[in-house]
Amino acid sequence: MSNDLSPKERLAIERTKMPEQPANERVTNFKEVNLGLAEEAAIREARRCLMCKKRPCVDGCPVAVRIPEFLARVAEGDFAGGAAILLVDNALPCTTGRVCPQEVQCEKTCVRGAKGDPVAVGWLERFVADWAAEHMEPPKPPAERTGKNVCVVGSGPGGLTAAGELARMGHDVTIFEALHASGGVLRYGIPEFRLPKKIVDREVANLEALGVKIEYNVIVGKTITVSQIMEEFDACFIANGAGLPMFLNIPGENFKGVYSANEYLTRVNLMGAWKGENSRTPIARGAAAVVFGGGNTAMDAVRTARRLGSDPAVLAYRRSRAEMPARVEEIHHAEEEGVRFDFLVAPLEILGGLDGWVRGVRLQRMELGEPDASGRRRPVPIEGSEFELPADIVVVAIGINANPVLTKACPELKVNKWGNILVDENGQTSIPGVFAGGDIVRGGATVILAMGDGKTAAKSIDAYLKNK
Amino acid sequence: MFEVVSNEVLAPKVHRLVLKVPRVAKTRQPGQFVIVRANDQSERIPLTIADADAKSGTITIIVQAIGPGTEEIVNTAAGQGLRDVAGPLGHPTHLEKWGKVVCVGGGVGTAVLYPLAAAAAKAGNEVTTIIGGRSEPFVILRNELAAFGEVLVTTEDGSLGTKGFVTAILQELLDDPARRPDAIFAVGPVPMMAAVVKIVPEEIPTLVSLNPIMVDGTGMCGGCRVTVGGEVKFACVDGPEFDGHAVDFKELMNRQATYTDNQHCRIGLDKK
Repeated sequence: MSNDLSPKERLAIERTKMPEQPANERVTNFKEVNLGLAEEAAIREARRCLMCKKRPCVDGCPVAVRIPEFLARVAEGDFAGGAAILLVDNALPCTTGRVCPQEVQCEKTCVRGAKGDPVAVGWLERFVADWAAEHMEPPKPPAERTGKNVCVVGSGPGGLTAAGELARMGHDVTIFEALHASGGVLRYGIPEFRLPKKIVDREVANLEALGVKIEYNVIVGKTITVSQIMEEFDACFIANGAGLPMFLNIPGENFKGVYSANEYLTRVNLMGAWKGENSRTPIARGAAAVVFGGGNTAMDAVRTARRLGSDPAVLAYRRSRAEMPARVEEIHHAEEEGVRFDFLVAPLEILGGLDGWVRGVRLQRMELGEPDASGRRRPVPIEGSEFELPADIVVVAIGINANPVLTKACPELKVNKWGNILVDENGQTSIPGVFAGGDIVRGGATVILAMGDGKTAAKSIDAYLKNK
Repeated sequence: MFEVVSNEVLAPKVHRLVLKVPRVAKTRQPGQFVIVRANDQSERIPLTIADADAKSGTITIIVQAIGPGTEEIVNTAAGQGLRDVAGPLGHPTHLEKWGKVVCVGGGVGTAVLYPLAAAAAKAGNEVTTIIGGRSEPFVILRNELAAFGEVLVTTEDGSLGTKGFVTAILQELLDDPARRPDAIFAVGPVPMMAAVVKIVPEEIPTLVSLNPIMVDGTGMCGGCRVTVGGEVKFACVDGPEFDGHAVDFKELMNRQATYTDNQHCRIGLDKK
């Protein structure tokens, strides 16, 4: 198939639509919302790429996927060729094709976005990655071994990416995972309807095929310390995530039915409570759910509550829609699913009944004032605007703090005042040979930024081991 | 897989299991716990490490079968394996040479008490243990605890030791100037720990070991939050031991009952 089109012909093609499970159906199940592009749609969409020389999309990608190159193969119908490029640049393409905020990365910088819709890079990434998973053999470990062994702490997106890169360089890689399953936030945080767990299984299986070993139930800082790791390994990459959930610190937060987003999502996703009667792990369900927060985690929690039967499922956010950090697609999907948004409201108190269960929340209306340190307009309370909402379930999704379990057990590891590990531009910490990335360095960030850190650290570790 | 080396019955539905978990056996300190999953469907169950032997790479846990997760653990025979054992979690027990230490244990809480009593004795304290149970078969570890000092037993039906609750004996010790404790460890059902704290004057340090509902055990979920001295703490990473006088037991009891309530949990809604 030829990709020999004039720019005019390319410009004439309209952006494709992602087939979706209808909203009224999907609120009754946990199946994936986006169904993926068909082959013809993918080829047509790839042909929208102008193949421009500047390649701003690649600069917009935290792991620098060679986007025009793989799109060119897709446009020719050569999916294997496209996959060959994508899989080298991105260790978890099935995942990022689903959860990356493309609208602020590759698709934001796409030149076609200046006058119309950018090329649907994310959907095409997903298409190629899924095609490869179905049609291509799992990778093999490189024959040439370096004889060096590297420990990776945590099997979330940062750890998996670093592990994959290091394994392909011929190093022996062992991941220490604190939980009983791999994937970190991909497993316990992101719901099935956004990222099916069989995809995480498949991405992890590919890494194992590359020779990566995973040891579960190892909590670094408790089971083993960083200094003990450095006695057994030549280098270490810490990507243990952020961990501790933040609460609102308002009265009533410990009534039954009040969850952190981490607990709510972990019960549902990692422990499988979404399976209802088929799960051992219970989850409180309620007629009315209120979720506090405005990020992707809040969106995941409120859409989960909706699927577990809550109506209304309300998202209460203290700023306005424009300041929401959540992905546009998630907001759009949540609206379609009947999630109610209450903007510019701040929680004052969680109300409980005599039975010890939450029965509602007391809120206050806010208005936007001057911009704050984050550049977003600061919400200011409006006096006399207090009101109540009924709630049987409350989920607090306002962010996370660094988990001190690992760093406290390793005092020589330098951290900032929030407990995040300090690294240089190569991802190296204050201890030679120990690198770090992802949320434990950045605070709460995204899957792809953690993956970018994993990729950077892998390069630095390789260089470090060569000079050692 | 973590091998079950031995599995014996201590009391009705209460088993003592020795598990091969070399990494945990090596680093574990008194007061710490592990999270155990018998199989891939099981819940994560937090269990105190009763004992450990770094040389053989084994740890001992004492488990009461009270639900599917714990039943699967006690039903795992010697030679078989448990899918997950993660730890050691939580802070080790804060130990001092106080002088006279009274250890109070109720029911299977006695299993949690055992390593604390052992550590208190090792730290040079004079240890007296008060253990209680419903009736004779439910009183566990009597002989083992005798190795650290005097053991006083109470049962609700009087079938062993003094008839009544552990608090009655504790009150006698508190009232006797010659036996008055300098520190107290109390582990058992929440109402028992609350009752102990109620009768102990605030000047006697009273440590309680809490076991609220937990998922990950590493600080990630916040499900195990308890209010201690007006501050919210996570039992898994800030505990599991706290100053008993500062713990909000009423709130803890309420949170413990979250999933006993079908009206609010998954079962209620599925029937709708």
